[in-house]
Order: sequence, then C-alpha cells, then structure tokens
Amino acid sequence: MIPAGFEYHRPTDIGAALSILQEHGDEARVIAGGHSLIPMMKLRMADIGHLVDLQDIGELRGIATDGGTAVIGAMVTQHELITHDGLASAIPLIREASLQIADPQVRYLGTIGGNVANGDPGNDMPGLMQCLDAQFELTGPDGSRTVPARAFYEAAYFTARDDEEILARIHIPIPGAGTGYAYEKQKRKIGDYATAASAVLISVQGGSCSAASIAMTNLADTPIWAAAAAAALVGSSLDDAARSAAVAAAVEAIDPVSDNRGPVEFKKHVAGVVLRRAIDRAASRAS
Amino acid sequence: MSKMHVKMTVNGKAVEALAEPRTLLIHFLREDLKITGPHIGCETSHCGACTVDLDGKSVKACTVFVAQANGAEVTTVEGLVNDDGSLGVIQEMFREHHGLQCGFCTPGMITRAHLLLQENPTPSEEDIRFGIAGNLCRCTGYQNIVKAIAASADALNAQKEAAE
Amino acid sequence: MNEQTLTPEQRTANLKGMGTSRKRVEDVRFTQGKGNYVDDIKMDGMLFGDFVRSPYAHARVKNIDTSAAAAVPGVVAVLTAADLEPLGLHWMPTLAGDKQMVLADGKVLFQGQEVAYVIAEDRYIAADAAELVEVDYEELPVVVDPFKALEPDAPVLREDIAGNMEGAHGPRKHNNHIFTWEQGDKDATEAVLAEADVVAEEMVYYHRTHPCPLETCGCVASMDKVTGKLTLYGTFQAPHAIRTVVSLISGLAEHNIRVISPDIGGGFGNKVGAYSGYVCSVVASIVTGKPVKWVEDRMENLMSTAFARDYWMQGKIAATKEGKITGLWCHTTADHGGFDACADPTKFPAGFMNICTGSYDIPTAYLTVDGVYTNKAPGGVAYRCSFRVTEAAYFIERMIEILAIRLNMDAAELRRINFIRADQFPYQSALGWEYDSGDYHTAWDKAMKAVGYDGLRAEQAQQLADFNAGKTRKLMGIGLTHFTEIVGAGPVKNCDILGLGMFDSCEIRIHPTGSAIARLGTISQGQGHATTFAQIIASEIGIPADDITLEEGDTDTAPYGLGTYGSRSTPVAGAATAMAGRKIRAKAQMIAAYLLEVHDDDVEFDVDRFVVTGAPERFKTMKEIAFAAYNQAIPGIEPGLEAVSYYDPPNMTYPFGAYVCVLDIDVDTGEADIRSFYALDDCGTRINPMIIEGQVHGGLTEALAIAMGQEIAYDDMGNVKTGTLMDFFWPTAWETPNYQTDWTTTPSPHHPIGAKGVGESPNVGGVPCFSNAVHDAFRSFGLTQSHMPHDHWRIWKTANGLGLHG
Repeated sequence: MIPAGFEYHRPTDIGAALSILQEHGDEARVIAGGHSLIPMMKLRMADIGHLVDLQDIGELRGIATDGGTAVIGAMVTQHELITHDGLASAIPLIREASLQIADPQVRYLGTIGGNVANGDPGNDMPGLMQCLDAQFELTGPDGSRTVPARAFYEAAYFTARDDEEILARIHIPIPGAGTGYAYEKQKRKIGDYATAASAVLISVQGGSCSAASIAMTNLADTPIWAAAAAAALVGSSLDDAARSAAVAAAVEAIDPVSDNRGPVEFKKHVAGVVLRRAIDRAASRAS
Repeated sequence: MSKMHVKMTVNGKAVEALAEPRTLLIHFLREDLKITGPHIGCETSHCGACTVDLDGKSVKACTVFVAQANGAEVTTVEGLVNDDGSLGVIQEMFREHHGLQCGFCTPGMITRAHLLLQENPTPSEEDIRFGIAGNLCRCTGYQNIVKAIAASADALNAQKEAAE
Repeated sequence: MNEQTLTPEQRTANLKGMGTSRKRVEDVRFTQGKGNYVDDIKMDGMLFGDFVRSPYAHARVKNIDTSAAAAVPGVVAVLTAADLEPLGLHWMPTLAGDKQMVLADGKVLFQGQEVAYVIAEDRYIAADAAELVEVDYEELPVVVDPFKALEPDAPVLREDIAGNMEGAHGPRKHNNHIFTWEQGDKDATEAVLAEADVVAEEMVYYHRTHPCPLETCGCVASMDKVTGKLTLYGTFQAPHAIRTVVSLISGLAEHNIRVISPDIGGGFGNKVGAYSGYVCSVVASIVTGKPVKWVEDRMENLMSTAFARDYWMQGKIAATKEGKITGLWCHTTADHGGFDACADPTKFPAGFMNICTGSYDIPTAYLTVDGVYTNKAPGGVAYRCSFRVTEAAYFIERMIEILAIRLNMDAAELRRINFIRADQFPYQSALGWEYDSGDYHTAWDKAMKAVGYDGLRAEQAQQLADFNAGKTRKLMGIGLTHFTEIVGAGPVKNCDILGLGMFDSCEIRIHPTGSAIARLGTISQGQGHATTFAQIIASEIGIPADDITLEEGDTDTAPYGLGTYGSRSTPVAGAATAMAGRKIRAKAQMIAAYLLEVHDDDVEFDVDRFVVTGAPERFKTMKEIAFAAYNQAIPGIEPGLEAVSYYDPPNMTYPFGAYVCVLDIDVDTGEADIRSFYALDDCGTRINPMIIEGQVHGGLTEALAIAMGQEIAYDDMGNVKTGTLMDFFWPTAWETPNYQTDWTTTPSPHHPIGAKGVGESPNVGGVPCFSNAVHDAFRSFGLTQSHMPHDHWRIWKTANGLGLHG
C-alpha cells in the first residue's frame, strides 16, 4: 500500500493555502489529520497532485467557549476536544462522542475539521454537529461564509464546501444548563465505524420536553438530522409513547445500506435500539 | 517525483535527509534511518505496530507522510532505553510480566504505553485497555500487557516518590 | 555459599530448569526494538519485488503488457508466467500433492492471485510500476460455493487437470473435486444409526478464516554469483523443508542453499507453505544477481496466503435414551479454493479430522471428507491447530450440545457419562488413533467446581425468568467444552511432508567452561523456544539455563527438522532436546566416574553434578566434567562433550482441556459480553508455567476472534469482503476479557519428559466454548445450530428468528 507521488505544500496562513488551491484547482487537496485521506491515497483511490498541509496555520487552531457559542478551529484534534475541560463542561456531548471515535492514535491526529468536511458517512462528527446545530465557517477566495451543519451534507463525500474553500472554524451554540445529552454508538470493535450511532440533546422544563435534537450516523449516505423524531419528544413528558414515536420517526428517516456490519433490516432495528438508549440516557441527564 | 529536505529530531538526535514527500514516516524511519523497532502490520492505521511518539502524540507512522513530520520530534521504542543501555521501566515490566511473545507489536505497544502513563500516571485496568485499544496484539490476549503496564505505573510512581 | 553448602533445592533453583517461570531471554531484544525480522534486513543493492494481482476471481488472462511498467526508471524487470515457463517455475508443487500457479498461466482462479512480479530499486517504484502493468482479462463464471462447484454443469475451474480423474489422494469424481478421504466403519456406523434410540443430525459449518499474524509473509533472496550460493531469508515456520523444496523445484543443489528464518512476528500456520513471492524473489535474485526482498501487505496477506477452515460438516450422532453415545457419522465438504494448498502430512488430506470423536468413548464412527475447488484463495492450513483439529473439536463439541438438546439433558452431564475413562488409556479410538494418556473426569470435575457450575445454571435460570418477565433484555449463556487435541506430528511411519519424515532434532554442544549452545530443527515465532528449550537442557544435564544459548532457523548450522507448527515443537523437538541431553549426561557420567576413580555405575546424577553413591561429599559438577572433557585424555572416551538427537516420536501426544465461558447476549443489538472464561489445560509436564499461561491467553483471544467475527468472506463474484483489519475482526484489548487459567497434569507416557504441547489447545478448545455459550443462551428458545461467526448481526438474526424481537 504505497501512495502515488505528489507535491507538498505547508502554508502558514489561510490566504496562502487558498492561493495554492486556486492555482492547482482540483489537483489540490487540503490535508488535516490525514486519517481519511492517506488510506485512500495508499489504496490509490485518491489521485492528488498537490497536497496542502494545514498544520502550520495557527488561525485554524484553538477552542473558545466564551459567551453562548463554542468556537472550535478546524485543526483541533479529537484528542484536544476530549482533553479540553472548558469544552467538556460547556458541551459534554462532544467529549462523550469523541471518545467513541477510532482509537487513541487516530484521535491524536484526527481533526474535527477533517472529520466534518470529508463527508464520509461513517464519520461521527457530522451527525454530532447536526445535533448541536453547528455552523461551519468556510473561507474562500471571496471571503467567508457560514453554512449550517444541517445543510452541509449533500451525498457521500459531497458537501456544500467548494473545492477552493477551506473549513476554518465551527461555531456551536452552547446548550442551556441542564440540557440532557447522549452519544450512543454500536460498533464491532474499537476502530470501527458505527453500525449505528445516534446523538441526542433533550431539554426539560416543568416536567415536559421543551426542546430536542436528534441525529443519526452511518445510516444513510449523509448524516440524518431527524427533525420529526425530535418533534415527537417536544411537548411530551418524555413518556414511553413519545420516546417510541421519536424512534419510529428516526427509523423512518434513515436509509442504511447493507455491508459487513449487517443487512438493512438489522441496521434499522439497531438504529432504533441505539436511539432509544440515547434518548433514555439524555432524558436521565436532563434537568 | 522531486525530493524534499527533511529535518527532524529522532530519539534525541537531529537527523536530515532527502526524501520524497509521499514517503511514509514508517518507511523513512525504517529504511532511511534504519530505526527498525516500529513495525508495519496492517498499513491502514488499525494495528498500531508502527506507533511512534510525534511531538508528544502517539501516532501510527504508516499513516503520516514524512513531509507532515518535517520539523517534528520523534521518539521510538529505541529511544525508551535508559542512558546506560539498560531497559527502561516499561520495557522491563513487559519482560517481567510476559507482556510479549513474538515481539512484533511490542515496540508500538511500549511506545503507546509510555505516553499513556505520562498522561495518566495512575490508570485503572479500564483506562489501560481503552488507552492501548489502537494497538493490536495477536499473541498475548492483552492480559499480561495490561498487567505489565499497570506494574509500570506502580514502578514509575515509586521512582518519582523516591526522587522527591 | 559454595558448591558444598548449597542445598539440592537451591541448586535446582539456580538452574531455572523445567517447571520454573523463567523470564524470557528473547525479550531483552524485543522490548527495545532490536528484533531482527525479515523486513528489517537490508543488503547492499537490494531490490524490491511487488505483485500485480488479479481483481477477478475467475478470468482468462488474454494478454499482459508490461512495457509501460518496465519503462519506469528504477524498474529492473517485470516477470510473468511466460518468463518463468522456460525454467519450469511457472507452477510449483503444493504440500498437499497439488500444484499451484506461481504467476497466472492463462487464467486466474481467485481474486488477488499473482499475475506479474515487478522488480525495482525500491518499493515505491515497484508499486508505481505495478500500477502500469496492463492485463487483459476475460471474466469467467465464478463459483464460491463448494456445493455448487460439484453440480454437474459447474464450470471447470482447474483446466490443467480437467479430465484427469486420478488425484494425489485417489479418484476424483468431478472436475472440481480434489479427493475423498474415508475413515472408520461405514456399515457398522450406519447400522448403529439405524438402531439407535436417538439420532441428532445437524450441519455444522466452520467458516473460512485466516491466521493473520501481525507480521505478514516475506523473504529476501540473495544469490551470490561468485560462490553459487543462494541465501534465502524468510518468514518460514519450516526452514529446512523450504530448503529442500527450493532445491527440488529450482534444481539448485541443496548444499548451495542456505535458508534462514530470522525473528518471526507470529506464524499460526500462515508461514508453513511456499508462496509465489518466495519463488519469484529467488528467480529475480538469480536473474539480477542482487538481493531481492518481497514483503506482502496486509490485504495481500488476507487475500492470497493461507486461509484456514471452510469445512461444512454434516453430522449424525447416535445415543441411547440415557445418553450413552453409540455412534458418530460425519461427512465434510472441504472448500480448498483454487488450489489444494493444505500443509497436512501427505497421507492425511483432511489432516487429523479423524480426531473428531473427541474426548468421548464412541465405539463406532465413520468419517468422509470431500475436498473441492472453488474460486477462492488456496490453502486450508492448520491455523493454530494441528491439521484440522479445530474443525474436528468444533464439530464434536457442537454435536454433543445438539445431542444434549435432543435428549433434554444437561450438556455437562452428557459429557461426563461419555468421557473416555482414565483406566481406558492408552485408548484406541474408533477412527484409528491411540490416545496416549488422559484423565478427563478429574479435569472436568475440577472445572465444574471452579466455576460453580450448578450456581451458574441457577443464575441463568433466574436471568431467563427475568427475561421472560420483561425485566431484562439480556440472556445468559454458559459455554462448555472438553476438547482432546492430537499434536506432535509425528511418527515417521505415518507422517511426512513431501516425503520428509516428521521427526525433529536437537544438537547440544557443551563448551569447556561449562556453558552450552543448542540448535534445533524448529523455529520460534513467539513461543519462547530460546527460553524453554534451555530449561529442558538445564534440567536434563544440570547446566543453568542462563548459560545455554539456543539457536534455530539457520539451515547451515541447525540440524534438519520439520519446523514449528501443529504444536509439534515440544512433543518432537522437545523430546529430541531431552534425548540429546541424556546422551551428554551418559558421557558425563563416564567422565565423572573416571575423575572420581569409581566405576560408572557408582556415580549418580544429582541436579547439577554426579555424586559417588553413598558419599555425597564426593562429586564432580557438570562444570568440572565439561572442562575435563576438553582437557584430559580419558581412556576409552573421545574428547569433547556434545550430542545430537533426531527424535522420531512413537506416537502423537493428546493434550486436553476443560473450558467454561459465561456471556451475556443483548438480544436487541446482537452484542455478546464475555462475563468470564475459565480454561483448564492439561498439556502433560509443564516446562514454563508463565509461558503456558501466555499461550493460553493468546490462543483464547484468537478463539474469541474466530467465534465472534473473524472471517474471510466473499461475495458472489468472489470479491474478498474482509481484506483489511477494519473488517477482519481482530479484537483490541477493549473487547478482550480476562481469562482464568488452571491445569491438571497427566504426563505423556511415551515422551521423554512427559510434555504434550499447549500452544494450540486454547484455540482448539476456545472456539467451540465461545460458540457453545452463544448457542446455550438461546437453548430454551429452541435453537439447535447457528453458524459462526457470531457477530452482532448474526446473533441478532438468531434472536429475530426465534421471535425475541416481539
């Protein structure tokens, strides 16, 4: 498994990176942690003339949790997400989910930006970001724009990002105090993608669910933000019927494919089980 | 394909070489620098036999281009030997607790354990198992590896206490 | 303390001999990254070989255009079958009496088959050039199902032997049929089945899997044109056999070939056979005059070298209504892939599958095995087992469980009433083996007591009641296994590979100062031979193990041996080691008697010395004796102190064990959580308990992997679906449980030190134990058989089929 050759670039600011992308067009690709891209290159399934390494661009790093929004640089690694105490107390769902991604070595290099921008349906961050209603800040030759995570994914490996844009930062509204959360993932072993995974946020006021958000991972060619599932919870007392209705709505929304993890029928069933457990855990944490 | 000038510090020594950017760090270490402790097991970043420490991160050197590691500080299992050439604590504990058989996963496993214990000097069994889940071993069933790492933690903590 | 004042116990302890958990000498190198594996070898001017492989499972190769690849700067040559044909090396013999294409000769028979071999200055250039080799394929109909392969209108896979109905193991009954192997008494067994109170019948499938050692296969071939000598370094579990094979197929004189197995990163049967990479590298080195390295990558390893199992075992087991087994019948359909590349002893095309009567006193049995060609990778190797013993153990341990269901009996009790009794050994089995020793009841009772079997069953019943009452969605399963292995191949009278008798060897030289070097015909792949064989010598001749160097794997220096697989090192080479030690001890006795001025019969061995009988203060230590052997002219005794032994074992050894697994199954997700695993092994005399325990942990983990998910799966087009470690289930430390190990000791009566071998037992016994636990969880819902691997979706499917999802 030997990759083909390429020219290597390591710009130190976004502007320089953008001009390399502009110069080489679709021959150029940015690389963050590389744990999706490099295996593809080693299998010679990705042919890249110019590799633009973003590691030296300081403005793509850092985590800020002031005010009501967490701002996370695209080059922040999963390891940094896990070990950042401020983020963990602001949005504990991110730590819970990040710990379920890949393995320790991959998490040291794997970045949130690479994970969300690659558009791989197996990645965990896209669904998580949809659940959290994150906004993706994209910087291109014409300046910056923001795309909601819930509108970013078009198909497997196809996203709203233009080839000449770089994902710079991710803005995540910090859920209110007492918001219940859970990331539930079934996989065959550590290092595997999800057979089914589900991210859930639940807010409760006066004994009933005031807000909810549900996203499903690796159960379609994009992450699935299941608005109808969340709607089934909102306004309910989170009773069994409401939870079952939410599960039914989410299972209706997914469209898994058969693979080594199992056939469609199994995945749909497991998706429902995983989601139900996530709802139960999130509800138990909501106050 | 043109070569680039690569500089890095490996096991405390500055090294320089010309290499194609696509050269995988594991091949650079093994072929160019003849540091053959880290091994190649799966090539898809699942097995961890190629684990090295890169700027304080455990990474799988089969999934890092040498260009990405340019300027970095790299430590391999060879760098964990004591200055006098004797085995480091973790290496000794792997031997003591029969934490290896064929030895192929061992360099990656020990290098990973080294950073794990720096980050968490008092790990539970669960912490250890979770912390080495990026390293596959076909021979030992992990039980004695876990034991060896736990014993390493105790020994390192005792060393620290004695030094204080 | 001096030689006089040490007690015999202290002197014994100083030897670190048999029975001690001596720390491994290998580990000092391995823990600091100073192992020397094949890919660590670098030689001046070394070239690198890489294969172009077939993307199709069955296709005609109409044309191969290597011109673009050959034009890449740094490419030295590109080999195809046409280049090898004039040398007669485009095909090679397999160990199973078949032949195999080295490079595609007109067609390909499995995905990943070697089509061309690119030789370049480094591996990057070789990989770039391999991309540029253009192969024109014409796809042919693919057969991946061995039953369909035997249908009358199935496509002929092996056109090279089409119409030739006499195979290496007797008549072939179809162009895709390889052999029929028949054992036992057909008529008597059918009669027993016809008259039995109860007959349970089931198809038991042991899926295709792979040994997948962490280090893949590879070699460095180096032809010295000046001396005419070929040195071949490689990941060889049988270096001497490889030397002979290379000599036979290349025509090079055997003394001009030196095969070296350096450190090996795990073998498990993957590294017994000969692969195209070895042949092509040797040819490339002869042609270029330069060293040539070939190391396969993980996908190549999983797709092309040495799969294991893939046995469809139709079974019938007959019993009285009280549960006494009266007969066993088995017909196996064995999928060998495109070529029969098993590594079995010649006379055993289905290995020792006829150990399938297991630990039970079954008076009548009949076994047939039909080998079949399909469009899958060739092989059928003994993956961490002795030649189809895992298949046999899985078969009988499933059939016992299925019979228990039919009889509505407890499976532990059913085993107990059918065990061969201790007083029946040596025991002649219905399928032709003579079990050397065993005490199954003692082992079983110890295991049942250790796990608190009755309490477990009560707990299981409670959990089942809770499940039925809707209080839990988890079912508890209790897996039982009592396995009997057959290892240590083997007696030369009935075991050979390519005509080479399966003896093994050890040579020991004592140096004048009393230290020693020993060399063996085996090769360690993680078993710790350098540690344990020195312990045998230490105990046999009284030299501390720390003073003994052990070498293996260099055919220029080591005595001839058949290598390490099938748990044969301890039973065969371990015996040779003890016997060589005894030859030295006999000579040492004469020297001691001379030095002590007494008759030979008046001195006796005492730990590390010979003492004058009745006068313990008069003695000569082995150190003194060794020096005397080199410095004194002793009448009637040659100088020096060394010996070699070639040991032809009189029988196999029969290790056994009793295993219990407890797990919980989540019926909604199909996940299984191993709660506990108890493993009692009886491997006869225990040489190094620490190493035995390590072997058991490792073998059980491979068993866990196999039972719960590890497979080589193909789609209908013959595409490998499990070519990376993402999909080929290899558990991490997180999914792997802790194991509780235990033992009994029933020495082998025919082995010089009573040892039986242990490395493979946990894999042989572990797979049925995990599988039985899964089945047991569903027993009360009517499940009799569901095929492995028990991954999440298959367990879920079982639960779903039993109506457990509402």
